[in-house]
Amino acid sequence: MENAKHHIVPYRTYLFILIALLLCTFISIAITNIELGELTVTGALVLASVKSFLVLTYFMHLKYDRPYIRIMVAFVFLLFIAVIVITFFDYLFR
Amino acid sequence: MSQVIHHEDHYDAEGSKIGMWLFIFTELLLFGGLFLIYSVYRYKNPDAFHLAAQELELFGGLFLIYSVYRYKNPDAFHLAAQELDTTIGAINTVILLISSMTIAMSTTALQKGQKKITLLLMVTTVVLGIVFLVNKYFEWGLKFEHGIFPGSEHMKTTLSQGEILFFGLYFVMTGLHALHILIGLVLILVAYYRITNGTVHANRPSLLENAGLYWHLVDLIWIFLFPLFYLIH
Repeated sequence: MENAKHHIVPYRTYLFILIALLLCTFISIAITNIELGELTVTGALVLASVKSFLVLTYFMHLKYDRPYIRIMVAFVFLLFIAVIVITFFDYLFR
Repeated sequence: MSQVIHHEDHYDAEGSKIGMWLFIFTELLLFGGLFLIYSVYRYKNPDAFHLAAQELELFGGLFLIYSVYRYKNPDAFHLAAQELDTTIGAINTVILLISSMTIAMSTTALQKGQKKITLLLMVTTVVLGIVFLVNKYFEWGLKFEHGIFPGSEHMKTTLSQGEILFFGLYFVMTGLHALHILIGLVLILVAYYRITNGTVHANRPSLLENAGLYWHLVDLIWIFLFPLFYLIH
């Protein structure tokens, strides 16, 4: 009964995602070679976030699973961001 | 006592998926805590982290490439070596991304009933994982040779507090990540065995799917480790 809604992801989807991930990797290597100061860190982290979004959505099947797993994952990431923000409030305004 | 439990009938794909995700959440927050420490220490010691990241580049890389470079042009070595660690880090990133694709594809193959392709894709993933660990072995070995390891005299006498923090985090985080690679490989091998003996198949793919999820988690963590330790300085 579970199998009826089990989505089979075609091979080429995974291949396209891999190509996108490799592109992001090479772009982040390229931009960190240029000295942009703070922008370098931001750029690398933004690209890493894009990559992790692709891995979570396609490789980890979040796109094809029921939405509640996606909501739980989003909640964990929000929790982590909240902890970072609160910690830095402490260090910035000490 | 009258109840008879049929183990072979009990299969809950949704349940095992949630269980795996909950476990992955604890893993994400474990590494999340380490990333938090990294960002706070980086904020507190910006110059030391900048310096240490450059030293990391200087000492990094595959031992073989390193020795050839040094033998061929001793003067130009320092310049060339700076590129080396980024190169090895990038190679390991590519290896992990490809292995993530192959393990994801293996689930598709299992669902399509292509058992041979499933096993082949899983073997490919395991081989790529081992190559990653071999690269890591040389990367760490070279640092040990230069006296860079937790608690070394060389580090205590020549490096600043911030640099020691950077290298401490480097070893803890890449080490913990390598341990996860090892666990992921064992999980994939268990799934491999269960597919060959027929207990994991197209209608019961949970074990392979969960091994895959774990492998993607390892990939996910590396996606952040790579820029923080190898790219940014």
